[in-house]
Amino acid sequence: MPVVVKTFIAGLILGIAAFTGALYAIPAVDQHRENSIISVRTNGGNVERYRVSVPVDRIMIGAGGIANPVPVDLEWPEGDRFENVNVELFKLRNERDTVIGVASRVAAGSRSGEPVIEWVLHLPARGSVYATMSSEAGAGGVRTGSLRHGTREFSAIAGALAERWVPAAGDAGNGRIELEASFVRLGEDE
Amino acid sequence: MKYLLTLLAGFASGAIVAAILFLLNPLTAADELSSLAVSGNRQMVLNYSAVADDAIAYTNNGESRVRPQPAAILQLWEPTIRNTEVTVTVLNDGRGVPAGLGIKFASLSESTRLFHGMANVDSVWHVYLPDRGSFVVAQRENYFDYLRDIVIPATWSSGKNWKGEWQANLTAGPGTLGTGEVAGGSGEFAGLDSEAVESLAARAYSAQTGPVAADGLLTIELPRAGRTELASDQP
Repeated sequence: MPVVVKTFIAGLILGIAAFTGALYAIPAVDQHRENSIISVRTNGGNVERYRVSVPVDRIMIGAGGIANPVPVDLEWPEGDRFENVNVELFKLRNERDTVIGVASRVAAGSRSGEPVIEWVLHLPARGSVYATMSSEAGAGGVRTGSLRHGTREFSAIAGALAERWVPAAGDAGNGRIELEASFVRLGEDE
Repeated sequence: MKYLLTLLAGFASGAIVAAILFLLNPLTAADELSSLAVSGNRQMVLNYSAVADDAIAYTNNGESRVRPQPAAILQLWEPTIRNTEVTVTVLNDGRGVPAGLGIKFASLSESTRLFHGMANVDSVWHVYLPDRGSFVVAQRENYFDYLRDIVIPATWSSGKNWKGEWQANLTAGPGTLGTGEVAGGSGEFAGLDSEAVESLAARAYSAQTGPVAADGLLTIELPRAGRTELASDQP
């Protein structure tokens, strides 16, 4: 067999091996991570605080009959079914004011029962958290709720979520939403 | 010099051969039948248009082939969320009647293993059905077959598009049988702990703008007892 053919075959084998090896070894997805800022509670569990600056971090606000939707060209679906539903999407920041995820807040009036207020926090590198909130805000305007579900890093946890609206000085429409999540890993001290 | 060029030509040919074998590997085909298909429990189906222009709102990093809409919507350009897309859409019941709203967060997953035929996306649906309640569907989706059967052919075609009939289950976990997790939040879904599968039926795709004609379907398993029979639920 001529040397040039042997060289080509050697290259062919090397190419197959290199492609296969690269496909196996090189991660196709590497999500950017920010260091978590976690406080340890004295009675067990961890606390993480998030914030949303309004209007800077507001991706969307849609509701029936709303005068100023975000974005301005948003078309909310018609019909009675969607009149009492308010959906907001936000970018979510940590305490260093760095965007670490996205979040949805659904608030809806119910004809038959309790109003619904819920959050889903989605942190791409870590997982997601689903929390349902109480309909009434407590002292200091703090509304509390409980975690219903978590994925990946937040799986197998219980805990609570609290939200508070902090208006900007001199402008009631702008400000920030502060979220405090208390996590207790199931199977540990609660 | 001649041998070096020959070696390089062989190397390139080998890489191309490996790529073709990898794409044609039948062992990487996803299961077409979900475990919910043989479940004896009642199921609720919610369908939606998987075309971004049909959504109430859709956003991503602004550099993907699918354009955010409405045009003025904030884009997810920050490093931590640039591999994430968010869709807000109307969910229809089994008869095609609007049943509620769904917000889908989807991020490229670090569990992606192309070598094993897994192009994974971690996604969460936040679903609110007026007068019924709310729940989330958390799942890991595998888009490998979608990329192989639709996106790559559309990219390679002279017209930069794909047309046909393609249907598959996207959900690949985290349930051991390839199902997603359902957690109820309010209303009749409060306390619900169940499973779900999302499937996609695609008919047209453009390499420039993404899905042109495609419908998604969420199938959610409901416990047998204690639920109200509704027309949108399938036995």
